[in-house]
Amino acid sequence: MENKDTSRAPVSQKSHVVEKPEHPEYIGGSISVEINEKKVSVPLGTTILEACRENKIHIPTLCHHDDLCVSGVCRICLVEVEGMRTLQASCAFPITAPIKIKTTTQAVRKARRHIIDLMLSEHCGECYACVRNNNCELQSLAKEYGVDSFTFGHISEPRYEIDNSSFSIIRNSDKCILCKRCVRTCIDLQEVGVLESVNRGDKTMISTFMDKPLSDVICINCGQCINRCPTGALQANDPSDQIWRDIEDPAKHVVIQTAPSPRAAIGEEFGLPAGHSMTKELNTALKRIGFDGVFDTNTTADLTIFEEGTELILRLYKALVEKDESVALPQFTSCSPGWVKYLEHFYPEYTDNLSTAKSPQQMFGALFKTFYADKIGVDPKDIVSVAVMPCSAKKFECNRPEMDDSGWKDVDYGLTTREMAKMIKEAGIHLPEMPPSNFDSPFGEASGAGLIFGATGGVMEAAIRSVVEFVTGNKIEDIFEKANVIPVRGFEGIKYAELPLGDVVGPVPGILQKLVPNWDWLKGATLKVAVVHGTANAKKVMDDIKAGGKFSQCHFIEFMACPGGCIGGGGQPIPTNEEIRMKRVEAIYAEDESLEMRKAHDNPNVVRLYEEFLTDGPCGHLSHKLLHTEYTKRGKYIA
Amino acid sequence: MENKKIKREGAVIFSEYKRGDSINKLKEISRDDVLFELKESGLKGRGGAGFPTSTKWMLTAAAKSDKKYIICNADEGEPGTFKDRVLLTDYPELVFDGMVVGGFTIGAKEGIVYLRGEYEYMLADLELYLNNMRKDNLLGNNIAGIDGFNFDIRIQLGSGAYVCGEETALIESLEGHRGEARNRPPFPVNTGFMGHPTSVNNVETLSAVTHIVLKGGSWFRQYGTNKSTGSKLFSVSGDCEKPGVYELPWGTTISELLEKVEAKDTKAVQVGGASGICLNKEQFSRTLGYEDIATGGSIIVFNKDRDMIHVLKNFMEFFVEESCGQCTPCRIGNTKLLEGVEMIEKGEFTFRYINELKELGKTMQVASKCGLGQSSPNSFISILNNFSEEIFNQGNGGTNGK
Amino acid sequence: MLVAEKNSLTEEIEKMVEKHGATRAALMPVLQDIQRNHKYVSEFAQQEVARLLNIHPVEVYSVITFYSFLNSEPRGRNIVRLCQTITCDLIGKEIVAKAIERELGVKFGETTKDNRITLEFANCLGMCDQGPAMLVNDKVYTKLTPEKAVEILNKVK
Repeated sequence: MENKDTSRAPVSQKSHVVEKPEHPEYIGGSISVEINEKKVSVPLGTTILEACRENKIHIPTLCHHDDLCVSGVCRICLVEVEGMRTLQASCAFPITAPIKIKTTTQAVRKARRHIIDLMLSEHCGECYACVRNNNCELQSLAKEYGVDSFTFGHISEPRYEIDNSSFSIIRNSDKCILCKRCVRTCIDLQEVGVLESVNRGDKTMISTFMDKPLSDVICINCGQCINRCPTGALQANDPSDQIWRDIEDPAKHVVIQTAPSPRAAIGEEFGLPAGHSMTKELNTALKRIGFDGVFDTNTTADLTIFEEGTELILRLYKALVEKDESVALPQFTSCSPGWVKYLEHFYPEYTDNLSTAKSPQQMFGALFKTFYADKIGVDPKDIVSVAVMPCSAKKFECNRPEMDDSGWKDVDYGLTTREMAKMIKEAGIHLPEMPPSNFDSPFGEASGAGLIFGATGGVMEAAIRSVVEFVTGNKIEDIFEKANVIPVRGFEGIKYAELPLGDVVGPVPGILQKLVPNWDWLKGATLKVAVVHGTANAKKVMDDIKAGGKFSQCHFIEFMACPGGCIGGGGQPIPTNEEIRMKRVEAIYAEDESLEMRKAHDNPNVVRLYEEFLTDGPCGHLSHKLLHTEYTKRGKYIA
Repeated sequence: MENKKIKREGAVIFSEYKRGDSINKLKEISRDDVLFELKESGLKGRGGAGFPTSTKWMLTAAAKSDKKYIICNADEGEPGTFKDRVLLTDYPELVFDGMVVGGFTIGAKEGIVYLRGEYEYMLADLELYLNNMRKDNLLGNNIAGIDGFNFDIRIQLGSGAYVCGEETALIESLEGHRGEARNRPPFPVNTGFMGHPTSVNNVETLSAVTHIVLKGGSWFRQYGTNKSTGSKLFSVSGDCEKPGVYELPWGTTISELLEKVEAKDTKAVQVGGASGICLNKEQFSRTLGYEDIATGGSIIVFNKDRDMIHVLKNFMEFFVEESCGQCTPCRIGNTKLLEGVEMIEKGEFTFRYINELKELGKTMQVASKCGLGQSSPNSFISILNNFSEEIFNQGNGGTNGK
Repeated sequence: MLVAEKNSLTEEIEKMVEKHGATRAALMPVLQDIQRNHKYVSEFAQQEVARLLNIHPVEVYSVITFYSFLNSEPRGRNIVRLCQTITCDLIGKEIVAKAIERELGVKFGETTKDNRITLEFANCLGMCDQGPAMLVNDKVYTKLTPEKAVEILNKVK
């Protein structure tokens, strides 16, 4: 992340930021230090930890996280610096002088072992009864340092109540080692501000405002804290037991939709390096587990483009042609439930700007228990709809009381990538060995436009591919090579792009003819768009909009709650860092490029849906009933 | 409440001084002169850490920034320390004039007194005192007629947290955060209050500066020893006839001090407060000073009837509560040491485990993030070592409950 | 809380923020003012402070719980803090504490039924040469005996 040091990070949690020279090769730009008697040269301001990593010297860390500002509280990364009385936390020590460092002296090893022993003495819970078994940083450290007994004892009775009030996130303070990664994630990286340290001394713990349950505070359920927790103190609320039960029940018809991001990451749970897309292997695995229908969320992502794109066109038409000043612009995307709840809490006056289109997950849910039920002749009450998502907030989203437009709970269970992997393992399946298979009919395959929803900028790119072709009648490939809309791609926190539509407009496609008479009003117009990921960046953009700045002039803004977009979601495999997220994004873009069908409006299944079922077209009456929703102005006040 | 203005004896701090004298002296001398005299004096920080004051001020003066701050650390929380209370109630002229000199020297426009919440009762008097200084042009603009020398002082209260005596925790608190110590480097002289160069000085240090500026560094140097120049205020409490604040030259031995305060049947002396070390009789010939026992000046006397495990337990309970709780060695380490003390108290311990705890103590001394955790094991280690006979071998250990 | 009470509390906090500044650095003085007036910082007050200083409510709560002299739960009209640290402990804090508890009929950590006094222990008050010592709100009392301590507390309204 580019903004490691925002104003919110407590100063005590920051290290001395020495600006690294642009040209370390110039005189004074780098400094020569000795690490374990080996001379190395590093750019001025490099931390000891970075210098060691650069030189392949392993230093254990716990509170340190690549995405977060420095903390220096766990003390596990201590090293000896010659001439200093105390050991130094290597993560927090910037090199500004030619120092001599020793990383494995007796004093260092003894201190690290003591620190691990102290953590274990207060870490309640057994490894084999923990969701993070085999993927726990504390466990790995204990192994690394050969802990075979508890020097300072080991607490056996829990001291805290588990908070499982939230649909999305479970907090178990007994497993917390107070590394404060969640605090830095929540306050600093995401600027949500739900978790902080409370109390002092031996009573210190991580908690919420007035120690309220998570469900009662302004948590947006993004789950970024889970992804960065080194232990099992934070985990997602796992519904897989109920899903197993439903699969076993012969009366139930259990369908599952898979989002693009889990497919790009689930391989990591099976030991593959990041960046392996497993779409078709996953299809096979899910069918073997016993799901009665396996569908691609990209189908409804394509549908979202129709609905949300049409909504945008309507808003623009009302504002520009009908001069209706009550139209809320820019239009905000609404597919990230973390973002939606963030806006409802922090900027409730802007909920009208949110597209009323549901997220792809919820659109599919509504279709399963109406169109699909009808099609296959199953009573919707017997349909159980499951969604595999990269996201913990999707669990909250499917439980929003208004999400029952089919007459039933549209989506019964939101499952994270991690939980899906666990179910597959439980079924005795090694995912990478699965033969490929396709998605089931009647929805079949979907477009690459829906696929790239998983990456930051993807929704915008998908929308641009369709809107530009709709309006100008030109091929998107004529404007952007291979239909890759590069200006909205990349990990920059806030991206802004202007897209001149040109003077030539095409005919209005049939599906939209009822809504707008022609495109003449868009002649010579420039579409202004922005792409934002991470709620800390969203805050910057929202404050700019509030102040009437550049972003208030945008027409359409894509917001994703999580850094990197859905591929960095709170339900994705752990660990996460920018490199891993980048690999997942690359996998998604590569799969998109390999597809024949890369535009939402080319998806024949969606076109057929409008012909057979949603016959009054995008944003029509039935669409409105099933595929659109409303929002709650929640505000920040915590009752 | 204590009596107003007892006349106290002392060669340096308690020597004659009239409000404003050292501020007026600034008309004749430059910043460099102040720094020179300070260097000459050899004054070291009186809070306990003993960092040379001239170096601290030189670094702050040299740092580039549009704003600088001088902070008076009046968060006197070390058990057994109350000298700053006496200075602030009876000698505010020394403290505030020292801050003005500091502002002049480092180039600060604002001085902040971080006054511990426990001393809120002084606040009204101190505010009044500052107001009078403003009236007499000892604060404000063009102080003492020195063109362009603008400086003022405000007081901010603490709210009951010992750790805020650690200078970076203090700054965190001033900025509206939990009193959690920062990573060092950077040091406050570069990146202090609101990111600006800041000198944090103890109440007594500033009082010494006031005298030094007026009377010269070499005058100060004539007291004390070579490495420990000047005198020191000692807060003496516990089992003695005359507890109170004493100004003594560095180099005084423990026995001499005990005699002065009329302590009888003394078994143990805790030097440096709860975070200091506990000496037994054989060690009473040791001297107070940077050569031997450096200290912020807390002296707690225990007579022959005191139970050292009870004393140690009180100290460890203090640290378990007062640790800020951010770093592992201090947060959990102190609870483990306290548990160890309780084991000894109940007679449910093994020597092997107690030795492991002493080793843990040594780890805490080098691994903790700030001075609190680095010094909290001192009393544990020193009491168990220096009083092992009483604790482990005279029937006390194991039957300490009696 | 009644709406009128809320409004007046908001107004009060707004004035404090005006006095100390609408920055995070004003947090401690603002909380201290609220604590002084109300003996605790209520849930509502914390959220108002957060709103006015543009920080998160949990940050306010985090700070309050860090400092011994700030409370997020109601206290009595007067807060009595008896020093429990070493010299006061050696010189008779225990018998003073027992006498106070007997007299008021509550234990340390509790508040009298009439809401008159909350009893707390405090760490070193800096009165080690004159112990045992206690604070009654911001006033300090030294060289306490059981009798003297009870007498002082009986005068507290």
